[in-house]
Amino acid sequence: MSATPPAGTASLKLARSNRQSPARKRADRLGDVSLRLICLGAALLAALVLVLIAKEVFEGAQPAISKYGFSFLTNTEWAPPLEKFGGEGLVLGTLITSAMAIFIGAPVAISIGIFLALLAPAGVRNVISPLVEMLAAIPSVILGFWGLIVFGPFVAGTIEPFLHKTLGFIPLFGSPQTTGASVFTAGLILTIMVIPIIASVTRDLFMAVPRELQDGAAALGSTRWEVIRGVVLPTTVSGMIAATLLGLGRALGEAIAVSQVIGGATESHLSLFKTGGTLASIIALQFPSAISALHYASLYYCAAILLVIGVASNLLASWVGMRFGAAGGAMR
Amino acid sequence: MIVRHKIAEPFDPTRPLTPTGNLRRRHLVSRFAQGVAIAAAIAAVAVLVIVIWAVVSHGIKAISWDFITKGEPEGIGPNLVGTAIIVGIGTLIAAPIGVLIALFLSEYAGRRATRPVQLLMDVMNGLPSIIIAVFVYILIVEPTKQQSGLAAGIALSIIAVPLIARGTQEVLRLVPAAQREAADALGVARWRSVLTIILPAALGGIVTATLLSVARAAGETAPMILLSSLAKADTYQFNPLKELPNVPVKIFQLSEEANPEGFTKAWGLSLVLIAIILALGLGSRALLNRSKRKLTR
Repeated sequence: MSATPPAGTASLKLARSNRQSPARKRADRLGDVSLRLICLGAALLAALVLVLIAKEVFEGAQPAISKYGFSFLTNTEWAPPLEKFGGEGLVLGTLITSAMAIFIGAPVAISIGIFLALLAPAGVRNVISPLVEMLAAIPSVILGFWGLIVFGPFVAGTIEPFLHKTLGFIPLFGSPQTTGASVFTAGLILTIMVIPIIASVTRDLFMAVPRELQDGAAALGSTRWEVIRGVVLPTTVSGMIAATLLGLGRALGEAIAVSQVIGGATESHLSLFKTGGTLASIIALQFPSAISALHYASLYYCAAILLVIGVASNLLASWVGMRFGAAGGAMR
Repeated sequence: MIVRHKIAEPFDPTRPLTPTGNLRRRHLVSRFAQGVAIAAAIAAVAVLVIVIWAVVSHGIKAISWDFITKGEPEGIGPNLVGTAIIVGIGTLIAAPIGVLIALFLSEYAGRRATRPVQLLMDVMNGLPSIIIAVFVYILIVEPTKQQSGLAAGIALSIIAVPLIARGTQEVLRLVPAAQREAADALGVARWRSVLTIILPAALGGIVTATLLSVARAAGETAPMILLSSLAKADTYQFNPLKELPNVPVKIFQLSEEANPEGFTKAWGLSLVLIAIILALGLGSRALLNRSKRKLTR
């Protein structure tokens, strides 16, 4: 190497020094390793928190778990002053309200998803989509307050008597009570909360269905509904199930809005129009005024049950999405 | 013998082109299904309008300058400040962690590490907030026998991390591969390109995700009930090591008391809260559109 590099190429020099300086190299290696470790650390921290949540909640529930075991789920009496804690009424209330939310909410939400993704012109979609998302942004405490003051009395005064009159022979539709609070109202409020969640997930799902498949069906003479029924829905079944499970998880765990409109009772019954309680709402209602260690432990037990159901429905949702989503995406 | 053939209907070019028979039925079914979908969308929007209308029409009666700035019993100033402090603490903790997790997922994790971390974020996102509240109560409030804004902020941060991580991940995906490759080709170390090229390009999206999580956190009530509900709101309070008055818990408490005057106040609080949340939502949406345009240009 006899020739020196041509002068005046400062940038080249810089690039060369950038590459060759051993100090710089060492610094870069250090920086690379440490940034990677910091990022990994953040992910591990999140995992640690999740593990800690499970550990602490179950440890807190330990006194109640060792006292009642699984019979907590079938004991019907919840009476804090008597030190009796049975969660059957709460489990039933949780299942009934969530089932209502899903059976009413999922079809409505999927219809909205169909409308937004496949039927609405772009202009309409760009207006309605944000509005639906806005519905999801309303805090649950405000929705619950509205449910308590406006919606509950309306439901108790109009819808419940009507249902009782026409369907009263089914025990589910027993005689309505005069207060606005009822399991039925709670189910409807949960429906309102679940709809925007499922709707926005299914909308994205339907928009991802390949255009050519739909056009092909249309070219074979399908009507718009037949395209949806024959092409769009079958290819997205798994996604719709996953979206519904997501909504279910939300409905199961909602504490605030439910506790405002359900009336805070703990008896075990099947009547939709009586007051009731859910696992999540009882925590919000009784935690601030819990009277004994066993009372706390029983509330933690409720939280532990919720935790298990919530994590299970989430895992199931992502499993369904992954397992069948891949098959659906490949399409034959 | 006469063979009678059925005479075909002569072709009538002036006949209207409306479907008959089976096709007509299919069209009707299709029309009906579309009608149902449209009705569902209208119903959702109607519910939104009804709720917002109820909040605005009732809440506007409570709103005044004193209502927003003074303490109890006239106003809600301390509640607003308390919510701001708690949400601020939550965001300060959650934003860096969320962004780092998103960086891990998009820059460092291989295929095998991506799945479990993604799943972890999904599970955290699906955790009921009441469980997070119970967890923080057991961890912090029970041992110290002291509710605090800090505890509430920590609970909010657990809620916000998956939201921020997901939002950030979505923008990181939009950063053009060409920019990364250009940096690699120039021999720039990975960490330098992450800090000086990728993160700045994604900054708009990160801010958006953070604002959205702030909007979500501001309305979270369950953690407040367990972690910061005993505060008096007659004077302004700023100490996060003590319980802080805040907006959601006040609405909840007022709704539990059967007191018409309290209800008016609760409507007023609801109006202020919804206004803040919607403003944050709209602002972040505008910001997101802008930064997405910038990235994909």
